[in-house]
Parts: sequence; structure tokens; C-alpha cells
Amino acid sequence: MVDLVLGLFSRLDCSPDIYFLEAIINGLLLAGLLALLALGLNLIFGVIDVVWICYAEVVMVGMYGINFAYKGGAPFLLAAVFGILVTALAGVLLHFLVIRPVLETPPINQLLVTGGVLFLMQAAATMAFGVEFKNVGIRLGSANVAEMSFSYARILAFLVALGGMLALWQFLKRTYVGTAIRAISQDRQIMPLMGVDSRRLYLVTSAIGGGLAGLAATLMVLQYDIYPQIGLQFGPLIFMICVLGGLGNMVGGFIAAFIISQFIAVGSSCFHTEWGYAVAFLFFMVAIFIRPQGLFGGKS
Amino acid sequence: MTGIRVTPAGIIGILMVAALPLVVRLFFEASEKYYLHLLIQILLWSFIYTGWSLMGRFGLTSLGHGAFTGIGAYATVMLWNFAGWTPWLGIPVGVVLAAVVGLLVGYPCFRFRITGHYFALLTLALTEFVRLCIVGMRDYTGGSLGTQPKRYADGVSLYALQFEPDRMLSYYIAFALWLVGLYVWLRVDRSMDRYALDAASQDEDAAASVGIDVTREKLKITALSAALCALGGGVFAQYQMYIGPDTIAGLGLSLNIVFAVIAGGLWTLLGPTIGAVFTQMLAETLRVAIQGSAELKGLLGNSALALDQAIYGLLLVLFIIYMPKGILGTGTDWWRRLREKKAAS
Amino acid sequence: MLELSGIDAGYGAFQALFGISMRVDAGEAVAVIGSNGAGKTTLMRVISGLLAPRAGRMTMEGTDLIATPAHKIIETGIAHVPEGRRLFPRLTVEDNLRMGAFIPAARVMYSERLDYVYTLFPRLKERRKQLAGTMSGGEQQMCAIARTLMSGPKLVLLDEPSMGLAPVIVSQVFDLVKRIRSEGYTVLIVEQNVSQVLKVVDRAYLLEVGRMKTSGPAAQLAASDEIRKAYMGL
Repeated sequence: MVDLVLGLFSRLDCSPDIYFLEAIINGLLLAGLLALLALGLNLIFGVIDVVWICYAEVVMVGMYGINFAYKGGAPFLLAAVFGILVTALAGVLLHFLVIRPVLETPPINQLLVTGGVLFLMQAAATMAFGVEFKNVGIRLGSANVAEMSFSYARILAFLVALGGMLALWQFLKRTYVGTAIRAISQDRQIMPLMGVDSRRLYLVTSAIGGGLAGLAATLMVLQYDIYPQIGLQFGPLIFMICVLGGLGNMVGGFIAAFIISQFIAVGSSCFHTEWGYAVAFLFFMVAIFIRPQGLFGGKS
Repeated sequence: MTGIRVTPAGIIGILMVAALPLVVRLFFEASEKYYLHLLIQILLWSFIYTGWSLMGRFGLTSLGHGAFTGIGAYATVMLWNFAGWTPWLGIPVGVVLAAVVGLLVGYPCFRFRITGHYFALLTLALTEFVRLCIVGMRDYTGGSLGTQPKRYADGVSLYALQFEPDRMLSYYIAFALWLVGLYVWLRVDRSMDRYALDAASQDEDAAASVGIDVTREKLKITALSAALCALGGGVFAQYQMYIGPDTIAGLGLSLNIVFAVIAGGLWTLLGPTIGAVFTQMLAETLRVAIQGSAELKGLLGNSALALDQAIYGLLLVLFIIYMPKGILGTGTDWWRRLREKKAAS
Repeated sequence: MLELSGIDAGYGAFQALFGISMRVDAGEAVAVIGSNGAGKTTLMRVISGLLAPRAGRMTMEGTDLIATPAHKIIETGIAHVPEGRRLFPRLTVEDNLRMGAFIPAARVMYSERLDYVYTLFPRLKERRKQLAGTMSGGEQQMCAIARTLMSGPKLVLLDEPSMGLAPVIVSQVFDLVKRIRSEGYTVLIVEQNVSQVLKVVDRAYLLEVGRMKTSGPAAQLAASDEIRKAYMGL
């Protein structure tokens, strides 16, 4: 029994050296992607008050879509646009077919119904594309700074993710629809008085949420293999980040993504890879113990 | 606390279920093992589902019970494989561990009134955390591939609590467990705690104002629910003689539990059991149909296995949208409306 | 302009309005007075489409309002300042005003109307970047009214504008009502504060337990003994 615990700690390999710094910077780069994913989920929740349990699966669909288009001969950027359109459409269909009917019912129903879609999407992907790992096969190489190596794909993902988030922020701040999206979570009932059709706004938000998932998919196909179960690898992680930041709080999710990424990156570098995630989750559980509504959550 | 009276119908029902294996032996001797296996699965899962429903019926919808079954199963098997502890000790350890984890997670949630989405997502995170730990400790747990409890002698042993080869014995163990689950459900249902929790699930402030210690009640039921599921997980491990992070833990399992209970009916004694019958029969029918069908195999190849998951997911979606009260609930509603129509005409 | 006849409305088994008939003509200021629970807010909600009536007819310049979905009512020219102001608390004053101009017809006029509203209410211009929820009650009421003006309405509905405000602020609010009146807007106010509101409107209807009891010119109602005893505490 004691051996078990000691055995875990014998894997410690932590010292503040260049690899530590590399891990920290990699953590920062990863945070960009995670923040983007969290943003989509938070947007949906903030506006519609629904959590898409199958959010990671929407990303997965996007990844398959991009792969499909790219292997079919389209240049990568075009394939990316295709992927984003596919996921935006998926978001709209998800809301229209599955979420609309259960909007007025207890939240658990919404969670379960998107849980069902999770199973369905994973199975459909398995049947359509098989269980083998796929990859777009684009290798961007790495940048070598000092003795540290950073993959260009990861750097690109970070920059594009930040760009995407900035674009969304501007959209929310400057456009009428964006302002309405920010407004609806503050007072749903008076929206019609301003001429806003809430149902239409939900669909638009679902499209944006889906589109953000698609953008994340674009960044992920450059770094990871594609397989039907991939959603299970990062889905729970995204939920955790959103809850940590305060569910629905876009800024909170952003910050939480950076905190969690650091735990993962440093944890992975000190321990075995899985343990990086486990440490992140542990931190999460402790943080939630102290402040269950999330670091920036308002609900109590 | 009022006592539990078993109705004549109840007694007949229990006797019928007790007699089932004999019926199977009588009519299906050739495939006896197979049918008994199905029935055992149904009973074991009924027990686990009933355990979950103790929380679910009071609005504490947890997507994390896969964590508790996983803790129960893995604690039992690892203590046996690596410390030589008999499951008679291992299972209680798992049960206590699960209850403690349940309390640890539940306490901040209940104190700060975390409900609905937040609570479900927190429990989801818990189940993922447990799964990560299981996979991380791969030297002991076998990682994603799972592991088996070391077989003791010929596989049937009181000391090792192993009984899988003897399906009859296994059946009656599962049967006993199922009855225990029903008994616990009834005790909770008839207790003052039940009314306290009902009140709390409707309006926490009002409940607190009449002196109900809402947090304590919720913690009690959480510990109980976690304990039962861990017990179920432990016994399941001993029967199945195999455990894996996705078969006895994980998000998929958690969702299965919730789906089954919703399908069967969240608020009734036998609802979870009906849910187990439904889901197990569904899974089995799909498996047989798909494996047996040459065309489907040709069409989908390896991915034929995914078809039952696809149908499962689709059914879950359709159930929630059209039959949120479950089979039993929707059935009784429909029956009642039919009788009202008859009375009116 | 606005005409209601025979409107019945309620919530579930409870009926709140019985056979309500009333009208508001262009350029007028009309009040609906009555005590708590008389049905005033229900009436407002029916007019702006948040609650569907069970019987009766309702038109705005000839357009059938009952057939119009809630979010299209504003396009008929009716703008509603809800009870309790209901600003978006975590949006700035300017964002709240922008929301007022959401409909396409208002978007093209946005900058003009914004200037107009800021001229009318300079205090709002000072606080344009401030979060609406941090303003005082009187300022919020000003912002709520300004928000409705952004849509370029023909008829402004004011639902209990003095509610929850200190007496000093209340008279400021009624000054605001006089202001917008003088700008040419037609106004329909629903109010509990009978003495103040009768000073700013031309006509008034008295609503009691869901029925229109009396109506008439404001001065006449203000002088009537019945009203003075029951509603003005005299």
C-alpha cells in the first residue's frame, strides 16, 4: 500500500531547468487552444443556459470534415473554412432539433439529451470513418530557441486562437447582434421589447458556438490525430475549465484555461503525462471545494 | 419511521424472481449459462441504478456515479491482487472510500447551493478524475486495458468471494443484492429524510426555515448513494472477473446509469430495475442482431459495434424529448388518461 | 392610434382583465390608474405582446396587434418602458441605448437618434460608458426612457415609472414624461401615483380589479371625490 504511493512519487523529475521553462511556455501555447474551446462552451451557456456535453464531439466532426476536404484535394485553408461551416451547421441543427424541445425542462434533461448526442456522434463517426487514427499529415516543423523546441503548429494555434477570440470580442462589442447576445443573459424577458427574436438569437449563437468549435478543430488537426473517441480526451477538460472560471463567464474561462494549462504542462513534465491531467483535475477539485461557483462565477 | 410492509403482490413478485433460474434451467437448459448471465447483469445493474436514483429522485442529478462504481471495483480488485486482502475486506474499503469521496465533493456543493448544471458538471469532472487516476496507475490497474482479479483455486470460493463459474450461485448473490437495494430504497422512501429532501429539492430556503439541515440531509443521501454504487461495483468486479476504466467507470458509464433510470422511471421503486431490464435487453438484442446479421457486418465491418452505441444515443435523445418521465411514467400517464376518457364518456 | 376592445387576459386559471376597452389618439397623453393588483401591468404586457389575450381586439393604427408576434410589436411603433426599468445592468448606458435601436428601421437612424437623446438627456451623455446597473434610480429611468426613444416610436408605454423611487426623484421622472410629451411623443402611462400622473396627462382610465371603472379628462378625475378619497388619500 505504501509502496503504491511512494511509487507514484518516484516519478518526480522536477527541477527548474530549461525543460521546465519549455514546459511553461508550451503550457501557455496550449492555453490559447483551450481558451478558444472554453469560449465556445461559455458562449452557449451564457446565452442559452445550456451546456453542450457533446461540444468536444462537434470539434471532432469538424476535424473529420477538414480531413475529408483536405484529402479530397482542397487546399488547407479551404478545407478549414469547410470544417468551420460544417460545425456551425452542426451547432444550429443541434439547437434546433435537440435542444429547443427541452429548453423549458429541468437542466438535467438538456445535459442528458446532449449526452445522447455525444454517443450518437461518436458512433456515427466510427461507422463513417472507422476506428483507425487519421491525420492530415501536415508537418510544420519546430522553432528552436536556446535549447527549447516549440512546434510551429502549436505557436500557430496559439496565435489563431487569440485572433479568433479578439474577433469574437469585437463582434460582441460592436455589432447589434453581438450586443444582443451580451444582453440576453442579463434579462431574457424584455428582449422582445427591443425587437429581438430570442429564438433566432439562440440559433445564431449556436452557429457561432459551432463555428468556434470548427476553428478549434482547424488548429487541432495540425497537432493531433483524428479518431472518434478523441472527444473524451479533452471534453471533460473543457468542462472543468469552464466551471473553474465560472460557467458562462467568458473572461473567467479564458483565465482558467491558462491556469489549467500550466498545471498540465508542468505536471506532465514532472510526472508521467496522465498525471499532468490528474494534477490539473486535483487542483480543480480543491479550487471548487473552496469556491464552488468558480473563480469568477457569480451564481450561488 | 414507519415500517415496511410487503404486499402480497410484492411477495409473489419476489418469489417469481427467485424462481427464475429454476425456470431457466427447466426450459433453456442448453443455454442456461447465457440466460442466467443476462439475468445476473440485469440484477446487478438494477442495484447500481437504484443506488443512483436515491440521489436522482431528489434533484441531485450526478453524472459522476461512474466514479463510485469504479472506486468500488478497483479498490476490491487491487487490494486482492496486490495486498492479498479478501474482498470481504476489500469491498467495504471501496464502499467507505467512495462514501468519503462523495462527502468531500458533496460538502462544498451543498453548502454553497450548487445545483443543476454546475453540480452535474462537477460530478462529471469527478468521474473523469477517477478515470484518469485509474489509467495513470497503470502498473497496478492495467491502465486503459483493464485488469482481472486473480482467480482463486477453481474460481468458486467464499474466501475470495468468487463465484462466476457457478451461475446459479451468482444469480442468488445478485438477487440478494438487488433485494438489499430495494430495501434501502424503501427505507429512505418511508423515512423523515425523504420528506426533508423532497422539501429541499423544491425550495431550499423554505426547507431550511422549518429547521431542516439541508446540507446534512443531502450529504447523508450522497454517502448512501455512493456506498451502494461502490458495493455494486465491487460485486460486479467479482462476478465479471474483469474491470476496465470504461466498463466500470468513466463518463460513458455515468451517462448509462442516468439514461437507464430515466427510461425506467426516476421516482418509483422498480423504475431503475425496469431501466436495467430495458437497457440490458436493448444492448443484448442489438449485439445479437448486429453480430448475427451478415449484411450489416458487410456494410459496416468493424464499425458494426458502433451501431448499438448509435442507437443507444438516439434513443436517449428521443426519450428525453418525448418521454422524459420514462417508460413507467409515460405508461402510467397514458393509462390514466385513457381511464379518464372512459369515465368521461 | 391604439385601440383595445373587449380584451380578456389572465394567467392560467386566473383572469386578470375583463372586457377592457380603451383608446389612445395621436398626440395624447393617457394614463391608466389603479391600485396594486388592478391589472395595470397585465394590460401593459398584453399591449406589448408579452401576454396573449384570450378575447378581444387590439390594433395600432389599424394593424392587428394580437396577430403580431411579441418581438415585432416594436415595429408597429409601440415602445415599452418596462416596470422597474429593466436596463441591462452589466451593459454600458450606450450599449443599452444601442439595444433600443436593434430593429433595422432604427439602426439606420442610430447616430442621429443617439445625438438627439443625448441632447435631451445630457446626464446620460456624461455617463455613456458607465455600467447601467451602477446608476441611481432616477438616472436609470432616464436611460430606460431614452432606450425606447432610440427606436423612433410613435407611442411610448410607461409602466409604473415612479415605482421604487424616492419622492424627490419621482417628480423628476414626471418632468421627464412632460419633456417627451413636448417632443411630440404619444404617451400611455400606467401608474399607482395618481396625484402626480393626473397632472401630466390629458385623459385617464380607472382600472379596478381588472375592469375599466371610469374614464375622462384628467382634471375631471382629479377633482372627483371618489378618486380623491380612494386613491389620493384625501
